[in-house]
Amino acid sequence: MKCGKSIWGSKLMPEPVLSISRLDSHYGDFQALYGVDLTVHEGEVIAIIGANGAGKTTLMRSVSGLLKNRHEAICWKGQPIGALRADQIAALGIALVPEGRLLFASLSVEENLIIGGQTGRKGPWTLRRIYDLFPVLEERRNQPSTLLSGGQQQMVAIGRALMSNPVLMMMDEISLGLAPVVIKSIYAALPGIVSEGLTVIVVEQDIAKALSVSSRVTCLQEGRVSLEGYSEAVTREEISRAYFGI
Amino acid sequence: MDWVNAIVQGTLLGGLYALFAAGLSLIFGVMRLVNIAHGDLIVLSAYVTLTISAALGLNPLLSLVLVVPLMALLGYLMQRLILNRTMGEDILPPLLVTFGLSVIIQNALLVGYSADPQKLNAGAIETAAVPFGPITVGVMPLIVFVTAVVVIAALQWIFYRTALGRAFRATSDRQDIAQLMGLNRAHVFGMAMALSLAVTAVAGVFLGIRTSFDPAVGGSRLIFGFEAVIIGGLGNLWGTLCGGVILGIAQTVGAKIHPGYQILAGHLVFLLILAVRPRGLFPRMD
Repeated sequence: MKCGKSIWGSKLMPEPVLSISRLDSHYGDFQALYGVDLTVHEGEVIAIIGANGAGKTTLMRSVSGLLKNRHEAICWKGQPIGALRADQIAALGIALVPEGRLLFASLSVEENLIIGGQTGRKGPWTLRRIYDLFPVLEERRNQPSTLLSGGQQQMVAIGRALMSNPVLMMMDEISLGLAPVVIKSIYAALPGIVSEGLTVIVVEQDIAKALSVSSRVTCLQEGRVSLEGYSEAVTREEISRAYFGI
Repeated sequence: MDWVNAIVQGTLLGGLYALFAAGLSLIFGVMRLVNIAHGDLIVLSAYVTLTISAALGLNPLLSLVLVVPLMALLGYLMQRLILNRTMGEDILPPLLVTFGLSVIIQNALLVGYSADPQKLNAGAIETAAVPFGPITVGVMPLIVFVTAVVVIAALQWIFYRTALGRAFRATSDRQDIAQLMGLNRAHVFGMAMALSLAVTAVAGVFLGIRTSFDPAVGGSRLIFGFEAVIIGGLGNLWGTLCGGVILGIAQTVGAKIHPGYQILAGHLVFLLILAVRPRGLFPRMD
């Protein structure tokens, strides 16, 4: 099967960078996603919301290649990528800031950032620019990443993803376990990141936060898309229905 | 003075054990693979050197120039074509495959070279010695020890100062997240095995110059290597050198007490350290 070019190739709608169609994801015998559809256009910020276990992280793991899928279920710029390995997908310009940060404990802060640039993709993001964005990281560059505070670790995780100069950056629950003031300072950096023309998918438990940074929102419920819409247009009732299924 | 001599000779012998152990330590550190075939790969290196130095008329020490890259290539291919197919959450399948490789290597060597003991002839350097006051030290054991220090230092440098080492450490920490960074796990593992067998090639040549060898001696080299790694503590290369030295000293001092105690003394010291410090002397890894 082709990547749905017939629908998107027209002049009315530009071709999306990422299009997911009828994606079913499994962990062994357990099915976590059922026929999920999602399209993302270049430069968009999309929010994915949903309760715990709704399949948000599974969706991120599927797109980044950590979970293997039907090859045509995920398309990148018109090419099927669903069955590629994670390192091949990273080379295409898709970066993931994983839930729980998951920095490399044996690497220093700076090494964690440098290894993010392992793909060798050229672009605006360099070590210098990451340090300008998060000055505290430069002060602590030679320390093991495990000695940083949660917020600083999250900055490293975001910096590590940016170092690959991605086209699409996916951020999975970047506010999880952080103090509100820290969350605020991390989200304050987001507009500066997006202004580079980056396409972003934000997975967030904090619905107000998710809606305020995104242009479109998709809600997952028990592995299925339960709501899609423009972030400024969706109502509280729609969201709570999509969230809890009531 | 005899005792001091035993300790000095044991220290130098420890260099050889550290070379046996370094490749083992590296492989376990990067991919949690217990390579049962490691001892047989050391012996294989000795036979490869035997063949190359006989065919080209090279001193076995010089033939290292060929044997090291050859074994590294073999390591890369062995990892990519065989071992990577079994790597996963469970560490048992790859361990069993290396056990099988061990049997295959031993028997292939038996078919190719027979069970007759062989020896690598490095010429006059084998019997040369330098006096240090009342103690006389063989040139060859000295070369082995210095090489071990250089090899460990080089591995240390690769691990902590190069992009390859960064990839090794990142993959060791979190294989899945390392993949997200664009690192192909299969290739990183292949490079680790290549590096391991490059060190193994050096160990094999020194083994073959020091003692005679036959296809069946790999097992005991594996044990010495394991003991050095575990005494030193997992994941610490300098610790591995230290473990090799402790094992070497234990053996020579044991032999000094009674020639029959040589191997036993090494194992007893190993057991003692394991009982007191179950994670080894300088562990870096959980």
